Amino acid sequence: MKEHTMHNSAVEPNVQHLIEIQNIGKDYQSGETTVEAIKQMDFFIDDGEFVSIMGQSGSGKSTMLSILGGLNHPTRGRVLLDSLDIYKLTSEQRADLRSEYIGVIFQSFQLIPYLTVLENVKLPMAITGKKAKEQDKMARDVLARVGLKNKADRLPDQLSGGEQERVAIARAIVNKPPILLADEPTGNLDSKTAAEIMELLKELNREGQTIIMVTHNPEACKHTKRTIEVKDGSCYVN
Amino acid sequence: MKLHNISFNNLKRRKGKMIFLVLGLFIGIATIVTLMSITESMTHDIEDRLDQYGANIVMVPRSDNLNLSYGGITMGGVNYQTVEFAEERIPEIRAIEYSKNLGLVAPKVLGAATVKDKDVLLMGVDFETELQLKNWWHFDGTTPTAPNELLLGSQTAATFNLTVGDTLNISGENFTVASILKPTGTSEDGIIIGDLHAFQKILDKEGKISMVEIQAFCRDCPISELVLQIGEKFPEAKVTGLRQAMMSKMQTVEMFKTFSYGIAVLVIFIGSLLVFVTMMGSVNERTREIGIFRAIGFRRGHVMQIILLEAMVVGLVGGLLGYLGGSGIAWAALPLVLKSGAFAGLNYSLGGVSLLLAVALSLIASLYPAQKASRLDPSEALRAL
Repeated sequence: MKEHTMHNSAVEPNVQHLIEIQNIGKDYQSGETTVEAIKQMDFFIDDGEFVSIMGQSGSGKSTMLSILGGLNHPTRGRVLLDSLDIYKLTSEQRADLRSEYIGVIFQSFQLIPYLTVLENVKLPMAITGKKAKEQDKMARDVLARVGLKNKADRLPDQLSGGEQERVAIARAIVNKPPILLADEPTGNLDSKTAAEIMELLKELNREGQTIIMVTHNPEACKHTKRTIEVKDGSCYVN
Repeated sequence: MKLHNISFNNLKRRKGKMIFLVLGLFIGIATIVTLMSITESMTHDIEDRLDQYGANIVMVPRSDNLNLSYGGITMGGVNYQTVEFAEERIPEIRAIEYSKNLGLVAPKVLGAATVKDKDVLLMGVDFETELQLKNWWHFDGTTPTAPNELLLGSQTAATFNLTVGDTLNISGENFTVASILKPTGTSEDGIIIGDLHAFQKILDKEGKISMVEIQAFCRDCPISELVLQIGEKFPEAKVTGLRQAMMSKMQTVEMFKTFSYGIAVLVIFIGSLLVFVTMMGSVNERTREIGIFRAIGFRRGHVMQIILLEAMVVGLVGGLLGYLGGSGIAWAALPLVLKSGAFAGLNYSLGGVSLLLAVALSLIASLYPAQKASRLDPSEALRAL
């Protein structure tokens, strides 16, 4: 294991990565003291990769994921997405970017409780101007893809944890975003269901989906092609 | 799926929440509407009562003589007017432009007569009109109605030693004392009141009227305008508005109005606060949800659209129910508050104002927390769980 600082566009000027993390740092203010959630991280992710970011809780891995997803402004450094510095954009432009480029599977699913499974999946399309018919077809297709064809009209609380996770995945991929971020996708699931979900993610990756997954579970990392280990706010690439 | 689907589904599937919010608005708006309706009816009632309280315009023939009396003491003997109005012209009073503001018109004839060797003032009136106008008169005996019945002032009755049922001869005509006025402290104590036409005959003033007392309802008209209009019809008359009576009348009503508006402002303030806190709490609870929307790529404007549309629907429903409920409560409560008070009917402008108020309140109350939540970094909003 060596400290990863070498993947820098300045060093490899001819390689175009999908995502580049350059000198990222994030501080939180806790009363009078400043807590460094992320000291410094540099890494890249290429198109079509399935990468896990692994670390203990409090290591800064979830913070890293939210920075990657354009959800959390870093204190220092740059996030380049197709060479575009996403934190140079306004927050509304970043919202548009999330809508087009990034699908997020949240920890503990984060489904909207008053919308049915189908409506939850359609949610990202509510702001795209797609016709109702097209939305319906896309949502039903993706629900069939995650194996929930027959539960489209249920409310989230009528589903098991694994099923809710599948809805969350369906919602994250319905707009066909180039990047899929997953925050502890198996954290709340039993081992059998967790394995099924991992299989689903691997399948998606085989179809060309770039996936970045945050986890504290070394087992889950075995499924991914590459692991970035996060410790005390710094990262190491295996 | 459009943004409004999200709003409507939230309202539809979280009925408890929706009912709670509508209830908050309902209580606020209903209280305001009830209070406003009741005070409005009470103001009307007070105005009506005050309007019925005596005459406020007096019409007498114009005369060059100065009045020699002050405070009930007359110097230099009684000055009997020799000028009079013709009785058939009296209905012309009702031909003025503001005739709808006229209430009772009470013409009377005045004149002196000698009864049992004493000079006494006779006043001929139309009993029915006069007794309605002088509704503060109290008397012993029966209400005089027949042309040969009399109503005596208390002093007159004492002077002539007369009681109810006695007969009195005035200028050769026999009259029955139907009733005796209780002391009023005014000139009415010393006169004899009888039927207009009977007294016109005795006084040899047939078809003549000495003065007219007029009752005007002046809720929305200046009394001076009425006085002018009557004066134009009767150039030979001196028309006087009893400004003092009017002023105190208006002051009473104004005081009551100010008081009720004061209370209304207080209730609106408390009601608004209630709505505000309820809406604000409801949006604050949704911080996490707003975080999800933002993380999925919703713009701030999209989030605001969802929340404000919900607030508008809640405002409309709460406002409408509050208005109907408040009007219903006012309708039920008015007979308890006012003996003679009747519900004035649905006040549509109050309805419009309550709807606007409810919608505005729930929008304003949602705007601040919605804006606050949509400004949060989505990751922080998600952590707010």
